[in-house]
Amino acid sequence: MSQVHEVTPGGPPEASGSRDLKISRLTKEYATFTAVKSLDLVVPQGQFFALLGPSGCGKTTTLRMVAGLETPTSGTIELGDTEITFAKPYKRPVNTVFQNYALFPHLDIAKNVAFGLERRGVKDTKKQVADMLELVELTSQAHKKPTQLSGGQQQRVALARALINKPEVLLLDEPLGALDLKLRRGMQLELKRIQTEVGLTFVHVTHDQEEAMTMADTVAVMNHGVIEQMGAPIELYENPRTTFVANFLGQSNLLAGEIEGREGDQVKVRVQGAVASVPGDRAHSDSGKGWLGIRPEKVLIAEAGQPIDAPGDVIEGGHVTDVSFVGVSTQYSVRMPWGQELMVFEQNTGARAMLPVGTAVDISWRPEFAFLLDASQDAKAGIEED
Amino acid sequence: MAALDDVVAPKAKRKLTGYWLILPGAVWLLIFFVVPFYSLVASSLFDPKGSPLTGYDMTFHFQNFWDAIDKYKGQIWRSLWYAGVATLLCLVVGYVLAYAIAFKAGRWKNLMLVLVIAPFFTSFLLRTLSWQLILSDDGWVTSLARSTHFIDLLQVVGLVDGDRLLATQFAVIAGLTYNFLPFMVLPLYASLEKVDPRLIEAAGDLYASPMRGFFKVTFPLSLPGVVAGTLLTFIPAAGDYVNATLLGNTNTRMVGNSIQSLFTSQGDYAAAGALSVILMVIIVAAVMLYVRTAGTEDLV
Repeated sequence: MSQVHEVTPGGPPEASGSRDLKISRLTKEYATFTAVKSLDLVVPQGQFFALLGPSGCGKTTTLRMVAGLETPTSGTIELGDTEITFAKPYKRPVNTVFQNYALFPHLDIAKNVAFGLERRGVKDTKKQVADMLELVELTSQAHKKPTQLSGGQQQRVALARALINKPEVLLLDEPLGALDLKLRRGMQLELKRIQTEVGLTFVHVTHDQEEAMTMADTVAVMNHGVIEQMGAPIELYENPRTTFVANFLGQSNLLAGEIEGREGDQVKVRVQGAVASVPGDRAHSDSGKGWLGIRPEKVLIAEAGQPIDAPGDVIEGGHVTDVSFVGVSTQYSVRMPWGQELMVFEQNTGARAMLPVGTAVDISWRPEFAFLLDASQDAKAGIEED
Repeated sequence: MAALDDVVAPKAKRKLTGYWLILPGAVWLLIFFVVPFYSLVASSLFDPKGSPLTGYDMTFHFQNFWDAIDKYKGQIWRSLWYAGVATLLCLVVGYVLAYAIAFKAGRWKNLMLVLVIAPFFTSFLLRTLSWQLILSDDGWVTSLARSTHFIDLLQVVGLVDGDRLLATQFAVIAGLTYNFLPFMVLPLYASLEKVDPRLIEAAGDLYASPMRGFFKVTFPLSLPGVVAGTLLTFIPAAGDYVNATLLGNTNTRMVGNSIQSLFTSQGDYAAAGALSVILMVIIVAAVMLYVRTAGTEDLV
């Protein structure tokens, strides 16, 4: 029973060939809806990979299919060259850190951590358990019951319990969701440190974009069962390809415009009478109507008539409708002549006093920071309602 | 005055509330448990030469106990043995049933629970009487047992003699198992229902096959139900006399039958009292030992 051929007890997988996690055309249909639609994904071995998306986007279902806790409707899941699509969960070299931790309440911490090793028939677990508890800094809690620990400590037990098995892929299902903000930040760094230390493939599911960006090497943004965009956090943030990504990852100003066409490596777009140029690799549409996007912190603001340090066109005629001071920056809401409210975030460098509500202002931005999206998409996609 | 009390001693008042809430239960127990218990212990020490007609003298006649043990040790052993076997059968059958209701029944869960409780709507006596029909010599159960040679198997282990099911040890144990099964199923269901299915998933994720996951996670977490269920089955079964009366023969008499006949037909209150006290002491001691060994206070 413990002779599971995919698992290499007590040791890292053989170095022969790469053990990437490869998901192909994975689909999960329920009676009334499709949770995951023909998903393709490759997670290189040893990467910290984040699946980011709002609740109900299919990210947890995807994770559970990799863990073997849900059966896919179609598609395949492979680890290296081993297909595990329909393998039983207890026969996969994959472990999960569950959202609610799912620690065994009748076992003490050390026994919880040793659970996986014992099931695989490892004889002497003491040393490994001690090492693992040391890694998560819980040595002194070894003989307590899970209910006697705090949320953060339980989270670390759940992590240790999964990590001790040296799975080829560690799945984390919103592992920090139940922790308060301060503890979360601490655990994010901790998780990242541990991942670097053990060098395993981590697949982390979260709806917290900041969490995904801080920790992951690669982020896949999921929405309605499909991956909207995948890449390094900085790439997703700076060059979003869909309105959903533009809004879900940070905030964006989206201005309606007419695309005039590609000229060399620039795409020209007419917005409210002015023509803006967007670098070709940042333009995700070539013709028709488009959304010109610009991140609020890239928008420069000045009192009407004052010079702005930007080579692009200056758009005049705005006035401040709302100001909020958040310490490191000041966030302005600026109503433009065509009625749209734009967000402008300005660093508090101290160079200028805060602009009060009602001030007439001009705004501008560097064209190379803008991005261009197809106008068939909802400009409000991915904005969290609350 | 009341207003002043509120201001001065709200805490003291809150403390008293607890005692007021205990009062009805305490009075009830005093009238219907402590007083009868005292009377029972007292009669167990009466002079055995008395009778309900002539009255009894209190002589602190401890010899009653030794006499009762000496005379009825067979019945005492039989009671514990029958109750033990019935409890074990209830545990096996009840666990499967409770597990199915808790994890597999889906939307039929409530209906199945009602079905478990439904027998309570009929009298205990009637239900046991109908087992006489079920196990009757010309009934289909008996003929099936004969044709499948199940009856021969029962004969080998000594639960029946001859080729009938009724009026045998088998019938008594079957009756006990049937009658006390709901007392096993309900506590088992209550604790299985509380087992978080995500823990079972976690066990599977951590390389436990469904079977091992059950023995390492589900079963340990259901232990409080196992302890409660076995106690609720064993204790009344050990003191039962209805099943032995209606389904047994003269060689299957349990201690309950002896107490009943000593009390109602022989009018030997002293011996009946002594035997009752002995049964109670044995059961309390066994239960304490059992609960200690099971160590359920350690469980969440």
